[in-house]
Amino acid sequence: MEYILARAKKVAEEAEVFQVSSEETQVRFEANRLKQLQTNQTTSMALRIIKDGRIGYATTTGTGDEEVLVRNAVETAEFGTVARFQLPDTKDYPEVDIYDPAVESVSIKEMIGLGEEMIAAVTGHTPGIMCEAGASRGVISVRIINSRGGRAEYRKSFFSLDIEGNLIEETDMLFVGESESSCHPLADPQKVTDLVLRQLDLAKDRAKAPTRQLPVVFTPNGVGSALILPLMSALNGKMVLEGASPVGDKVGKTVFDKKFSLHDDPMVGYRPGSRPCDDEGVPSQRTTLIEKGVVRGFLYDLQTAALAGTQSTGNGSRNRGGLPAPAPSAFIVKPGKTTYDDMVADIKEGLVVEQLMGAEQGNILGGDFSGNVLLGYKVENGKIVGRVKDTMVSGNIYKMLKDIAAIGSEARWISGFLQTPPLYCYSLSVSSKG
Amino acid sequence: MASIESTARGLAGELKKNRADYSEARFEESQTSHITYRGKGLESIGRATASGGNVRALVKGGWGFTSFNNLDKLSGRISLAVEQARSAGSGKSKLAEVGPAVDEVPSGVVKNPVEIPLAEKKRLLDEYNEIIWSTPQIQTSTIGYADSRKKVVFLNSEGSFITQERADVSLRLTAIAAKDGEVQQVGLSLGSRGDFGAIEGLHDKISEMARHAVELLTAPQAKGGEYTVVLDPVLAGVFVHEAFGHLSESDFVYENDRLRDIMKLGKQFGAKNLNIVDSAAEPGLRGSYKYDDEGVRAVKTYLIQEGKLVGRLHSRETAAKMNEKPTGNARAINYRYPPIVRMTNTYIEPGAVSFDDMIADIKEGIYARNWYGGMTSMEMFTFSAGETYMIRNGKIAEALRPVMLTGNVFSTLKNIDAIGNDLDMNQGGGCGKGSQMPLPVSNGSPHIRIQHCLVGGT
Repeated sequence: MEYILARAKKVAEEAEVFQVSSEETQVRFEANRLKQLQTNQTTSMALRIIKDGRIGYATTTGTGDEEVLVRNAVETAEFGTVARFQLPDTKDYPEVDIYDPAVESVSIKEMIGLGEEMIAAVTGHTPGIMCEAGASRGVISVRIINSRGGRAEYRKSFFSLDIEGNLIEETDMLFVGESESSCHPLADPQKVTDLVLRQLDLAKDRAKAPTRQLPVVFTPNGVGSALILPLMSALNGKMVLEGASPVGDKVGKTVFDKKFSLHDDPMVGYRPGSRPCDDEGVPSQRTTLIEKGVVRGFLYDLQTAALAGTQSTGNGSRNRGGLPAPAPSAFIVKPGKTTYDDMVADIKEGLVVEQLMGAEQGNILGGDFSGNVLLGYKVENGKIVGRVKDTMVSGNIYKMLKDIAAIGSEARWISGFLQTPPLYCYSLSVSSKG
Repeated sequence: MASIESTARGLAGELKKNRADYSEARFEESQTSHITYRGKGLESIGRATASGGNVRALVKGGWGFTSFNNLDKLSGRISLAVEQARSAGSGKSKLAEVGPAVDEVPSGVVKNPVEIPLAEKKRLLDEYNEIIWSTPQIQTSTIGYADSRKKVVFLNSEGSFITQERADVSLRLTAIAAKDGEVQQVGLSLGSRGDFGAIEGLHDKISEMARHAVELLTAPQAKGGEYTVVLDPVLAGVFVHEAFGHLSESDFVYENDRLRDIMKLGKQFGAKNLNIVDSAAEPGLRGSYKYDDEGVRAVKTYLIQEGKLVGRLHSRETAAKMNEKPTGNARAINYRYPPIVRMTNTYIEPGAVSFDDMIADIKEGIYARNWYGGMTSMEMFTFSAGETYMIRNGKIAEALRPVMLTGNVFSTLKNIDAIGNDLDMNQGGGCGKGSQMPLPVSNGSPHIRIQHCLVGGT
């Protein structure tokens, strides 16, 4: 890395080398049986330079030639964007707990045992169900050095459990599933399977949904599958800079219900989304995005922040090996005061949505969402009466979050990068074949 | 640095003599370039090189898989994969018989797209972006261009040694219009098997796309409910991929007895005029190849013929376990993943109905064009249109906001009551399954008409 930085400094004003290595081990179960053990080792390196004021960029994975890397970066710099930022000269970072050495010492045998336990719990509860499941562990190492003396280095462990069940009766297919992840080893698969068993219990009977406006409760999974993508896009500094965010000019204004607060936090201990710095070596910070319905801020990387005349929030992320761009580390929706049970009890006729399929295919920028209820239940007189099918739920998150019936008191981590309670909306458009 | 061919050759002997029931290795090297625009300016331009490999072994029905991009100590990798397979296996290994193949398959492109000067690519994209921006009320735009050239060497313990090269080009453009807090977008996706020419000369199409985004600002939303829906070839292609294609991937079926019952060959899924094909053997499409990632020769597979289920897509393992012929559909997105059963070029065969006849007797319906996305859970699926219009009294009427459509595989395919005569393949798609996405595929269809299709809306 040092060699590449030195080579790059000879041909460019500024340079930064980013390296990420990972080692991952997985056990996979298919059709209720152990099917595959897998290990993945990978190292990749990215070189960003500023030459004649412009950004050049190249990456290499594997046995790539260092000279080719530098040459590619120089070639792209000729056409690159004008750099508006300075690389950070930081060497000090906040302490964030993301590495637990115990993860690496979990044996394959123990991981297989966890998978078997999950499958036994689910198949024991519902005979005939076919499960795919897995346990995965690994370590990621990140190192960033730049020509201004900035240096960052950290190591992160991760561990995850997942299970998906598929139950077929005639031509009816039911899908249930849960996952959990942490930087600690996960030793209690029952936490995951209990949630799956609950889904199975609630989905046992079938119910009909009408075609009209109905109150809807989104469980944490439901919030993740339906509502988060539009918010991620609207609060991205890049979208704001381009004028494509509906809330871009609303800082300090009340856009959402006063019960609704959202922030990004990369410093929660032992969470897979946490880290001491972002992918540009900017120290992590907690960023308030929406506070009691008022828009407070957006997420920025170095270049976007410079163009917007503000500071990076430490959200520069190199998704899929590209140049850094703003992205959340972990979205956290602040819990409210209403329990999930009270929300359901409050509904005379409505739905609970656990998974909305296809919701991210709509006009995300405008906040419109529409999806098929992959897993959801009908509520009648305060009680869940069964699963609904062939049903669509549509709405607009800005209209919906402006006046929300209640925010749940029980928050849960979804997919490692979102913590949210259930949300209860007064009225959404429901179309159904019943 | 040793070439991946010579690295692979050095491993052939060891693959044959290890104690697994079956083992294989795959090595890969690739070069890519990408250019993205956000708004008026170029956002990112970059080049990447990648190389790596994997070893996969089968022992007593259990698989071991290890991927790496450090090509030292490869014997150790083989032992690891075999050891893993041994820990996973407790049954019997079954793989469909396939004769060993030794072959070299060139990419088939005259001009490697990765080596076209960045300046030339940028000039074209600048022209396209200029067209979008010259449209009034356009708030912003995004353009994502990428190309790649890849060489893959596959070898196995049965003596196969196959080198395949391929090139790929993809382009996605989006025009975003905004006014008074309303934001609307329209996109266009294209791709080719390495031919840069396929994305040239799109100026008129892009101009129309930008104008349509502005038009949508004042367009009303569809009223949710059931409609007679006509899909254009692009969206019908997405529909066939989501509505039926994924269900024909037999890795989901082969060990699931209840699903095997539902997916019995001969079962009626649609009307007599419905024929659905998946074929990597069609030349020159994005999903085309000669051998899949298990070294199995690609064939044309009828999934549905005259409305009846007649075939499905297989890996060597699923074919053996279902006593059917392998189809060469095991694909991996790159060396970091084991191959799984995937689609290639999937399409509805053309019928005889003209577009005008198809809409002539529709009093009130929806014409949905172009795609935004699609998803399936096997039984239920959704797919979303890029453009939507009302059909009134046999004519295309006002534009609507793009709609999301949903269906159920067991009823929606039966509700297709007209199949057009204008088959067209869309090359802009990328398919996701598990964590492997986007895999180059193509989808196609003529215009089709579906009765009682559920449309989301207000």
